[in-house]
Amino acid sequence: MNKNKEQLLNKRYKAEQRFRLYGLSAIFMALLFLTIFIFKIFSTGYSAFQKTWLIVPVTFDAELMMLDQNPSKEDLQDADYYDIALKSMADLDPNANEDQENELKRMVSYFFEKEIKNELLNDPNLIGKTKEVYLTASDDLDQVFKGNYPRDLPEDQRRVSDYQLKIFDQLVANGKVESKFNISFFTNADSREAELAGIASSFMGSIFSILVCLMIAFPVAVLAAIYLEEFAPKNRFTDFIEVNINNLAAVPSIVFGLLGLGVLLAIFHLPRSTPLVGGITLSLMTLPTIIIAARASLKAVPPSIREAALAMGASRMQTTMHHTVPLSMPGTLSGTIIGLAQALGETAPLILIGMVAFVNTIPGSPMDPAASLPVQIYIWAESAERGFVEKVSACIMVLLGFLIIMNLFAQIIRHKFEKKWS
Amino acid sequence: MNLILFTFIVLLGFTSYYFGRKKAYTIQSTKKRLTALPQFYGYYLAIWCAIPAFIIFSLWAIFEPTIVKLLILSDYSNQGYLDDELNLLYEKSKALSRGQFTGEITPFIEASAEKYLSLRSIAQSSKVVIVLSAIIASVAYAYKRISSNSRTREPVEKFLNAVLFTASLAAILTTVGIVFSLIFQTIDFFKVIPLFDFVFGTHWYPAKAFVRDSSEALDPTMYSDTFGAVPIFAGTFFIAFIAMCVAIPIGLMSGIYLAEYASTKVRQYAKPLIEILAGIPTVVYGFFAALTVGPFLKELGTSMGLEVSAESALAAGGVMGIMIIPFISSLSDDVITSVPQNLRDGSYAMGATKSETIKRVIFPAALPGIVGSILLGVSRAIGETMIVVMASGLAANLTLNPLESTSTITAQIVVILIGDQAFGDPKTQAAFALGMSLFLVTLCLNIVALRVVKKYREKYE
Repeated sequence: MNKNKEQLLNKRYKAEQRFRLYGLSAIFMALLFLTIFIFKIFSTGYSAFQKTWLIVPVTFDAELMMLDQNPSKEDLQDADYYDIALKSMADLDPNANEDQENELKRMVSYFFEKEIKNELLNDPNLIGKTKEVYLTASDDLDQVFKGNYPRDLPEDQRRVSDYQLKIFDQLVANGKVESKFNISFFTNADSREAELAGIASSFMGSIFSILVCLMIAFPVAVLAAIYLEEFAPKNRFTDFIEVNINNLAAVPSIVFGLLGLGVLLAIFHLPRSTPLVGGITLSLMTLPTIIIAARASLKAVPPSIREAALAMGASRMQTTMHHTVPLSMPGTLSGTIIGLAQALGETAPLILIGMVAFVNTIPGSPMDPAASLPVQIYIWAESAERGFVEKVSACIMVLLGFLIIMNLFAQIIRHKFEKKWS
Repeated sequence: MNLILFTFIVLLGFTSYYFGRKKAYTIQSTKKRLTALPQFYGYYLAIWCAIPAFIIFSLWAIFEPTIVKLLILSDYSNQGYLDDELNLLYEKSKALSRGQFTGEITPFIEASAEKYLSLRSIAQSSKVVIVLSAIIASVAYAYKRISSNSRTREPVEKFLNAVLFTASLAAILTTVGIVFSLIFQTIDFFKVIPLFDFVFGTHWYPAKAFVRDSSEALDPTMYSDTFGAVPIFAGTFFIAFIAMCVAIPIGLMSGIYLAEYASTKVRQYAKPLIEILAGIPTVVYGFFAALTVGPFLKELGTSMGLEVSAESALAAGGVMGIMIIPFISSLSDDVITSVPQNLRDGSYAMGATKSETIKRVIFPAALPGIVGSILLGVSRAIGETMIVVMASGLAANLTLNPLESTSTITAQIVVILIGDQAFGDPKTQAAFALGMSLFLVTLCLNIVALRVVKKYREKYE
């Protein structure tokens, strides 16, 4: 009998331990996913912040550029750089036949002509001389140099030929290949060529959308929250508004995209693909989030504050505007920032209103077509070229960086400025 | 132009505020008592400045285009044009006046474009004159009227109250906007495709419904067997099911552990770390699923002799499940912590171990709240878009094999609507019909879930 009891107890203790282990492993799994996730993104993305350059000697031959003696600035602008650019690439291998010269040309980006031109515009005295110029390597060679490209594939499955690899290896051996910080990733707009593509256009698109979203959502949401929390009579209608807000907060984001498409574009004829429409759509989405946060922080202001103000003869409006609302601002602001961070990461509604268009200019206002950072991630992730994979990861790193900064900022506001009532 | 006018009106508002307050101070200096604080006199005048401006601006925005159009088209009224042709003519001259016209420029259109420009400039200048004179008149009237015993605080507060009330309608307006944008397209869609075919059809090939020439008559038989949504609905629920298979055990167990076992220190770090998973944008999950998880599962399957699609439902659903973990874990954590302590104490006093208490006492007590949190998770899984678009297939495929690819409602909406859309095309309308079904399904789930959670909260408060 006693032995039986002890066995039972042991069994129960074992079950207890097992249960505890399940819980611990669940948490461990969740954190493991997070770690794998972040590790994967960083390990594929960090190399995108470096860019590979080929150092190629260029002879600025006045005759080939169709330049006269003592050319003016305009002459230099209009000069023909294609031939000297082509020649300097072809000179990398003096024995190259025509096909091989073509392959040599494709070792650098199509931008190489412009890079040579800029070099001369910076220093017009170079005419007739030879100088080593940094040229952007093609994205495939960039990947080869970073070690992301499987060189042992058979040649017909590779986008780089054996010949290009041979010349490239010679350049590497001579120290004529250099890797530098990739500034153009931050200053260039999107491009079909992975080596030239940058996030500037989508970054500005995101900033504009978020600003539009903030300008619409914040005032409306705060005013609505003040009404619902401080003035609204308790009746069916205000109950209905409340149910509505809670439901809107859980409506899938793509439905807001359909709203933007069906109302903003089809009925109001606002310009497609612009951060203006994107911002309005996102603001409708963030509205409930901010209203809920603002109401919570209004509710947290103790009634004694209101009673004191009313007792001093303030009207209800004065009590609210002078005392309750300022005291609730830290909570409201941090809720707003969190809502905006959500909007910043949103993709689906922006795709529906056409912000997936290929934009190779940097937008200057909310009325210009643009993409946004998450949409850029989507666009690049759908591209087949190998060079875009690291770009996507790098773009994700930038986006996550922003989200982290925004969330930290929200935390700081909350902890520094929020009054603790006890 | 409008911006300058707007700035000017704002400046006028500030000036009227200043004058109103100044008048109040002058009254005060004559030792008369005011009925309100001096600033209210200022606000009062500023409101009198804003209201006429707002009314005239909105009237203008509504009526100007219509009137301009009428005036321009009156030139063509007796020439026997059809309505559609007239509309086209008007759009052409508008485009030409903006310099965006590409096509043959006829003298008619050129004349209309010029007329359009001149009408626009007349409208603009008359708007400026009318707005400014209306503002000055109303502010002057109000300025004369205010005196020591005029009421200014009440109207100002009433106005503010009205503004606050209008803002609170924004949520209702958004819902109305959603329903409005979905319902018309959906109704048009069901005029062509019978509801029965949509709900019970098993073939979904929207690509078959090519953009139709508008001059051709609409032939409904053309679309039979094109818009059967069963594979889409099945795929949606199937992927959501896979996601919940991942999210419920992990989310629930970590919620329980955090609420009942974890020390304050573990809780302090583990909880925000898990919640990071909820803050990661879904497009990032999509990329992760497509680039890492999909190929990994494929290789794993090949090594075990299974045929796994690179875009399998398992990859999309699994990653979606990871995304949903924090929703379930933090909601169930909240729910479990709000179970009153005396229930636990009672169970411990009877000699139950901690896990027995959790399983037999706390879990049943917290069940409604947990069910609510799971329902919210399901609604999120159904509405999730980017993961599916990037990691699962885009072709509808009626299957229950998690290793094959399937498609979902959200993915189909994106596939159909990405790029240019022709409104009035059954393919576009199909996307709205799918959106409508998505909205209705998630709405029901949300209402039920929020009700359940609310009821549960009330029980223990």
